Amino acid sequence: MNRLRLWCLAPSASLLALLFLIPMGIVAVYSLMTRGPYGGVYAPFTLENYARLVDPLYLTILWRSFLYAVISTAICLALGFPLALFISRSGNRKNFYLAMVIVPFWTSFLVRTYAWMFLLRDTGLINTALAATGIISEPLTLLYTPFAVIVGLVYGYLPFMVLPIYATLERMDRSLVEAAADLGARPLDTLLRVIVPLSAPGIRAGSAIVFIACFGAYLTPDLLGGGKTIMIGNLVQNQFTAARDWPFGAALSLVLTGVMMLLLVPMIRSRKEGLL
Amino acid sequence: MQQQRRNCVAALAFLARARRVRHSTRKRNRVKKWLKILSARSYQQELLLSFQRLGLLHIHSCPLGRHSEITCNVQMDAVVELRRVTKRFPQHVAVDDVSLAIPRGALFALIGPSGCGKTTALRLIAGFEQPNAGEVLLNGAPIGHLRPYERNVTTVFQNYALFPHLTARQNIEFGLRRRGASNIDAAVKKVLDLVRLAGKENRHPNQMSGGERQRVALARALVLEPELLLLDEPLSALDPKLRKQVRAELKALQRRVCITFLLVTHDQEEALSMSDQIAVMNRGRIEQTGSPEDIYLRPATRFVASFLGAVNWMESFGVRPETTRISTDSPNRERPSFPATVRSSTFLGNCIHVEAALDSGHTVVAEIPRDDFRLQAGQRVHVWWEPSDEMHLPREPA
Repeated sequence: MNRLRLWCLAPSASLLALLFLIPMGIVAVYSLMTRGPYGGVYAPFTLENYARLVDPLYLTILWRSFLYAVISTAICLALGFPLALFISRSGNRKNFYLAMVIVPFWTSFLVRTYAWMFLLRDTGLINTALAATGIISEPLTLLYTPFAVIVGLVYGYLPFMVLPIYATLERMDRSLVEAAADLGARPLDTLLRVIVPLSAPGIRAGSAIVFIACFGAYLTPDLLGGGKTIMIGNLVQNQFTAARDWPFGAALSLVLTGVMMLLLVPMIRSRKEGLL
Repeated sequence: MQQQRRNCVAALAFLARARRVRHSTRKRNRVKKWLKILSARSYQQELLLSFQRLGLLHIHSCPLGRHSEITCNVQMDAVVELRRVTKRFPQHVAVDDVSLAIPRGALFALIGPSGCGKTTALRLIAGFEQPNAGEVLLNGAPIGHLRPYERNVTTVFQNYALFPHLTARQNIEFGLRRRGASNIDAAVKKVLDLVRLAGKENRHPNQMSGGERQRVALARALVLEPELLLLDEPLSALDPKLRKQVRAELKALQRRVCITFLLVTHDQEEALSMSDQIAVMNRGRIEQTGSPEDIYLRPATRFVASFLGAVNWMESFGVRPETTRISTDSPNRERPSFPATVRSSTFLGNCIHVEAALDSGHTVVAEIPRDDFRLQAGQRVHVWWEPSDEMHLPREPA
């Protein structure tokens, strides 16, 4: 049995080692080297790439990424928890609603993000509709704003909040809700004192997943935020392409990973039950 | 003075009534304030008692533990009454035109096979289900429109439904806090002693044994001093040995706290040994209500007779195995006896279980004293019984 267990681990472990740990190691080495004139990395080894990170310009981007990730996660939670609760109480229509949550994944994320551009741009659906009904005379600037980025992030990662919360709600004993009412708890009390605490593992897992995805997001800020380097993901991409500064890009990537681990390890450690 | 008293009584009655309808602390405090205004202390106590007797007021300092020396008597009036209640589900009728009155202070058992509607009846009283027709009354007032959290009725759930994220103490405090009760610590201490959980109050449910969890569930429901405590198969999750012990404890507890218990169970032995009154349900209807002796010795229908214990059915009557006698020779008395052949004889420890085929074709089962004799399969015997042990019940239309 134990041997079977190890064999079950082997495929994913070797895949991770090959495609994750080794590249991470390469990135770590790159981050300590010197840039070449047209990209690439050269000797000598240096810590200068890390020293450059304290430049306020980069710290601002790091801070902004963190802020956008926190806001998006909060909005996802605010939208996702009620949605998960609704689905978990939908009886035999549960699977239908769950499918609705997952349906967007049938299309590429890139295509869906372009769809948002068509919705949000000056001549897009929203502005056209608002102008047609006479609510606005000038088109609202929606695209290429922080608003657009956060809308895109929330849209893209909401399912990752809904599904883990749904899983914990679904597993919760319904008689606990009845017991709370029986003991005199009004619905809001039951929600805050029984349902929310018991779905904490799902809330934590969903928040962690959404936060990680948003913090390192690249595509959404790139397309919906305009050409500006808005979030750290864009900055990393920029270093490897236009700026041709691979070592600095590598250092940024590692710092991004490190910050995420610093933020999430205590959160995951504090849990009493499994993530899902 | 007379006029002032009458005003006070009217005001109190109104406030107490309001308090019953909504568990509002504010209103309870107003009741208490009114009581303070009344100068004569003896008069105040008298009023309190009479209100309690009327079921109009539930004073927090009253029942738990305090009155352990007072024996709880079953009253004539009903705490809860179902009047022609029907509950339909898409597939079936769970409760079919049921009328039922649960006397104040009683330990009342609602029994029946699984799917007979007894749990639905309990859920209608708790407020988890709404009846399609008929009325549920608490202290004579209809409560059909009240949500579970607006009814002073609490439940011990079959699986206990303890909040896993809270300790035993927090579970017990849950209801008190929702009602904004004062003196929570004292109330919890009292109830912990009552259910013998003192010292274990800081454990989480998953750190407790089944018996302990059951007592937390009881304490959590009792601490609110409900008008009626509903128990849904409370012993089914305990192991059989513990079950018998807990039966007696539960009964004693009910007498001490003097709260009406409605016990829902499919275990007839449990119901017979614990209850003051039993209602037997079958297919959504109540077949009989009465004392344990009544329904066991004088069942109203064949279903009730069979549900409460084994019966040897003849054409027009039935006899229980423990009143069925077997003799090797003809009893030679005035009572009728039937020649029969022993099919099997099984030693059960406390008695011998004999299965015999009457020459008329019926098969009867008899439980006979162990020290009588040992019968052999195939042996010819005489089967007889006292005519007074015959239960004459018409055959039910299929």
